[in-house]
Amino acid sequence: MIEINNLTKSFGNNLIWEDVSFSIEDGETVAVIGKSGCGKSVLLKHMNALLYPDSGEIIIDGQCVFDLNYSELRLMRQRFGILFQGSALFDSISTFENVAFPLRYFTSQTEDEIKHNVQEALEMVNLKDAGSKGTSELSGGMRKRVGLARAIILKPDYLLYDEPTSGLDPKTSEEINELIVSMANSLNITSIVITHDMHSVLEVAEKVAFLDDQKLSWFGTIEEMQESDYPPLVDFITASEYQINSKDKG
Amino acid sequence: MDAIRQFGQYALLLYQAIRSVTEFSTYRKNLFHEFVKIGYESIPIIMLTGSFTGAVLTLQTSYQLETGFIPRYTIGAIVSQSMLIELAAVIGALVLAGKVGARIATELGTMRVSEQIDALESMGFNSVSFLVVPRVMGGLLMFPILYVVASVFGVLGGLAAGELNGVLPAAEFMQGARRYFFEWDVLFGFVKSFVFGFVITSIACFKGYYATGGAEGVGKATTNATVLSCIYVLLADFILAAILL
Repeated sequence: MIEINNLTKSFGNNLIWEDVSFSIEDGETVAVIGKSGCGKSVLLKHMNALLYPDSGEIIIDGQCVFDLNYSELRLMRQRFGILFQGSALFDSISTFENVAFPLRYFTSQTEDEIKHNVQEALEMVNLKDAGSKGTSELSGGMRKRVGLARAIILKPDYLLYDEPTSGLDPKTSEEINELIVSMANSLNITSIVITHDMHSVLEVAEKVAFLDDQKLSWFGTIEEMQESDYPPLVDFITASEYQINSKDKG
Repeated sequence: MDAIRQFGQYALLLYQAIRSVTEFSTYRKNLFHEFVKIGYESIPIIMLTGSFTGAVLTLQTSYQLETGFIPRYTIGAIVSQSMLIELAAVIGALVLAGKVGARIATELGTMRVSEQIDALESMGFNSVSFLVVPRVMGGLLMFPILYVVASVFGVLGGLAAGELNGVLPAAEFMQGARRYFFEWDVLFGFVKSFVFGFVITSIACFKGYYATGGAEGVGKATTNATVLSCIYVLLADFILAAILL
């Protein structure tokens, strides 16, 4: 379980958000939504202490991540898999080596075991033949899927997705959404999805956290969100629906 | 104020790097990679730089000493000593600030802005140990070797230029070089190249590691790394000369 308590973050004099509090149950998928620049990715990077807040805490299984020393933090980070917005693949090595990377350093698996596990992860993301490709040969959607394969290779407890469908065509976005649902179900992973794509939210999430006006403006289930008449949330959803409809017509 | 903050950030990065030296298994592979990138791949440019510096120095010294009162073998002594004490280390370092420093700053800067460093950290890696330690160690160990290469080719270049231009026969050049050869000069050159290796790689790592702002930020980090490295190489050169000579 992840508990976020009274989290406040600013960069210099620029307040990002303050007093953000919500919790995520094990096995749940929560979408964090909000306008561009509202600090969604910043919030994500606090989950495993890639960034530290001005105040507040994030408690994971009873332990505040910001109180851990560096050695403890590194062990805790291995319980997380992150799919970064730009995939963050290491461009000097092949697709296979990108996925195998954590296994080579954090496990004592033999070469055969590594090959088997990497192949299995690539198959889970529907890329079984992409192992030998260089990362520059991959399309945007393929990069996301390789990033996802790398994120799940150590069988994490938590998966964090930073804008998993941004920059992708609707068909590929759909495939990524299906993968997120499939990962959550097959691996029983707790997932946090940062996005402003409402279509994606409706497909993958069980709960929604809405960041707006430098605070957690709204938090609830998908059903509650659909019935909500909270003006900023309604505006955000309406704008997104308009965008989706425009895209469909286009 | 910003300079103080940056110096603090630089000192903190070095402190983290020193603490991470024990994690050999994390950076072992990268260390050998850096030996190749910093050392082996720099040999051609260092040979070229050393040779031409020695050659030009021979011709200029010969021109300056055209009095007839000073024995001609002095040219060999001046050229070889200048190469060993100053030019092999400093000219080599300035060239390597452009080649090695710029590469390191660009690599790390690109990794930073494309979130690859965040990806390493999020997997539980110590990114400083993985990225900074092997590059700085590569500089510390390879720069003295490159200094030897620059010195040897500087003296050979000087010798060849003297012989080919009819300014000074090779035997006379070597007579001067041998007569004024002091082991301390070589040791001094080694100390310098060791310090320059540290200055260039650590500044480049620092600028790249903390790069921000996309492609423009990487370009800025690379430029800053190269310019700052050159300035601090010259400053370190002066300080070492004042202390050790």
